[in-house]
Amino acid sequence: MTVGRTLPKAAAALGILAFAILPTAGLPAFYDSFFYLVFFWVSLSTSWALLSGFAGYFSLGHAAFFGVGMYTTATLTTKAGVPFLATVPVAAAMAALLGVGIGAVVFRMKRLRGELFALLTLAVTFVIATIILNTPIDGGAGVFMSAVPVPNLMPTQTGTIYMLGFAMCVLTLGIAWWVAHSRLGLGLFAIHDDEDVAEAKGVPTFRYKLIAFALSAGIAGAVGGIHAMYVGFLTVAGTFELTVPLYVVLMSVLGGARSWFGPAIGATVITALLYAFISGGEAMVGRAVVGLILVLAILWLPDGVVPAIQAWLKRRRPVEERAQAAVVPVVPATPHRIGTRNILEAKGAAKRFGGLQALAGVDLDVREGEILGLVGPNGSGKTTLINVISGFYPLSGGTITVDGVEIGHLPAHEIARRGVARTYQIPRPFVNMTVLDNVSMAATFGGSTRTTAEIRDEALHWIGFTGLGGKEEALPSELNLHERKFLELARALAAKPKLLLLDEVLSGLNPTEVDNAIRLVRAIRAQGATIVFVEHLMRAVVELSDRVAVLNEGKLFALGEPREVMRDPRVVSIYLGKAYAA
Amino acid sequence: MPSATLLGQALISGVLAGGMYGLLALGLSLSWGLLRLVNLSHFALAFLAAYLTYELGTTYHVAPWWSVLLIVPSMFVIGLAQHWIFVRFKVNELGSLLITFSFAVMLEVGIQLYWTADYRRFETHYATWSLKAGPFYIPVLELILCLVAGVLAWGTWLWLRKTYVGKALRASAEDADIAAAYGVDHRKLAYLLSGVGAAYAGVAGTFIALIATLAPAQIWAWLGVVFAVVIIGRLGNPLGALAAGMLIGASESIAMAILSPAWAPVVSFSVLIAILLWDPEWS
Repeated sequence: MTVGRTLPKAAAALGILAFAILPTAGLPAFYDSFFYLVFFWVSLSTSWALLSGFAGYFSLGHAAFFGVGMYTTATLTTKAGVPFLATVPVAAAMAALLGVGIGAVVFRMKRLRGELFALLTLAVTFVIATIILNTPIDGGAGVFMSAVPVPNLMPTQTGTIYMLGFAMCVLTLGIAWWVAHSRLGLGLFAIHDDEDVAEAKGVPTFRYKLIAFALSAGIAGAVGGIHAMYVGFLTVAGTFELTVPLYVVLMSVLGGARSWFGPAIGATVITALLYAFISGGEAMVGRAVVGLILVLAILWLPDGVVPAIQAWLKRRRPVEERAQAAVVPVVPATPHRIGTRNILEAKGAAKRFGGLQALAGVDLDVREGEILGLVGPNGSGKTTLINVISGFYPLSGGTITVDGVEIGHLPAHEIARRGVARTYQIPRPFVNMTVLDNVSMAATFGGSTRTTAEIRDEALHWIGFTGLGGKEEALPSELNLHERKFLELARALAAKPKLLLLDEVLSGLNPTEVDNAIRLVRAIRAQGATIVFVEHLMRAVVELSDRVAVLNEGKLFALGEPREVMRDPRVVSIYLGKAYAA
Repeated sequence: MPSATLLGQALISGVLAGGMYGLLALGLSLSWGLLRLVNLSHFALAFLAAYLTYELGTTYHVAPWWSVLLIVPSMFVIGLAQHWIFVRFKVNELGSLLITFSFAVMLEVGIQLYWTADYRRFETHYATWSLKAGPFYIPVLELILCLVAGVLAWGTWLWLRKTYVGKALRASAEDADIAAAYGVDHRKLAYLLSGVGAAYAGVAGTFIALIATLAPAQIWAWLGVVFAVVIIGRLGNPLGALAAGMLIGASESIAMAILSPAWAPVVSFSVLIAILLWDPEWS
């Protein structure tokens, strides 16, 4: 184990050292230039992946940030006489600012995901290019950098630019590694798979996306600042070329955009290929070959080369035997005691969608430690109530408090932090994460701050608790419906909720599975959680609930002890029509 | 401020130039809106068609209205072949964007290897014909282009609205599985639509050959603006694509007349950004 860990570290250190002393080795300038280009594309594609690969916000506007960096350095050095090195951080800051500016507007709109985000960023690139072209920043004539002094970091000028490019590359990979292994990265991966669920599990999605955008754009800006010096002559057409965003995408996708070093692999391969064809005088053929490689890679390795190799290695490695004792949910024999304090209080809670009044002023108190069944005909507002309590929708009117704190207008992740967890009627697992990662993720963002080892134990405990032991490394697509429903439960439990909202966990399960689930819900309550559950299955409602709340047309219709409520003729009539109510 | 005549002329030229945007946007809008495939190679196919028109016209002296009869069916077949790849490998939206980008690059390289990177111009005696209406000149070729674009857009709209095939296509775009459960053979229809989209690229290409100067890198010149048109016109809406094309063409042309030609790109993309952020009912 120790060898397995120290070996890659030692190799990385050796590699960094070797590349760092390369310019002093007296190789022809050709090598400096070639390696500089590799570093350039590695930095650029890795920075793209921070937002687009990790969080899934696919941008075609990377040239905008890169170009803003280039022109920041060019303007400051040629027009204001600022020393070259001092301009690079400014270039990064300008690009990051642009990224945050775009993000602050765009990330508020749920529509602007996927291809619309891609085209929006592309459009921003064209607008910025046109502005730079038509203002004194460029003015259409281009900017010469030849008079700008290059600091003497290395014996030769190309050596100095090589070193800067190399430092940038190491820094970028360092940042990417850190992000991928941090809480931020975990949140971004969750956003990639399902942003709404990520938010409901406690990920501050808006802030995380902005941070990722700032990092991504900032690195691109710094790379651009250095690259201005490398090219020596800037034109708008050359800087804001369509090939920059497209090559960046190709390299990342080829290598594996969700892996922190995938883009680096893709960038190295493609740069080397292009260089080989260019130096062989066949630049055009080179472009076609790169295109062909991309087609083949996407068709056969849609996740990229690095994930494909990782999956292959994982298959070859013998499966680790886990000495994990099955956790048996324990239901205490003594009846549960329900507190007198209200954990949840809704007063006149209303939610409108345009002209539709989904909730028309619901008053409902939930006591600490109780199991409240929420029933009502289709369209009565049950799921909407769950959605406003968990913060998926803001309230249109009234108040909802959890532990005395008003939450009706808080973002979902803050409600999750206050101890509210939910499940989804149709399971919505993070599809690219294993069962273990799905549950650990919820434990990381939902509960109190804990160490990685504690989170892992916690996650394994809940996986065992919900009967998913042995499936830790499976992807959600490998689970059946019943298991996916229990994965929903495990994820909600890992957040250690005070208040658990269950949305039709029993629907679609067979009678034995329903019995298991009922036992499970009782065991959850025994551990101290309060449970509100929406259910159509009356047997489960009557067996589980301490009280039943009936919703009809967005209002609380009846509330009380389950058997009484279900026998109430008014309740029967809204379910089955008046004729049956007698 | 330029004179009213100049502005009027700018408006006419802009609307007519917008017909080309609309025609190019038509095929893209169909495959994106109804098949969820983003087809960047659409531009490369249009240019391939343009170069073929040029080659047939200059080397073999075939008039464009005859060569179009050869080119459009060929493009239809290419569209089918491309769609076979998407189906065979279950390519998603993002994958289609990257794959068709690669196709476009390969086509660009192929064009450059055969026709070189030099500018090519298909000279015809009717290229400069124009009608005079009051103080304004209306170029005949571009007028025909707009009429053809209008007929195709209208016809496609009717096809999607009124016929079984069209309704089935729209049903499949909403939910392919449910449509299939009601007996819609989505796969056959998707092939048909891909072929038709590529055939439209062929029609656009013929006009590009007659109106524009050809160079391989020009493939990318219209990409941004046509995507803006597709989105503004609403995905999968043929009449919307044409209307948006003319709107963008006119606003670019007027911006050129009032400000300077170099500012034109800002117009289309600002309109695109504004519409994406604003999301009006009609778009």
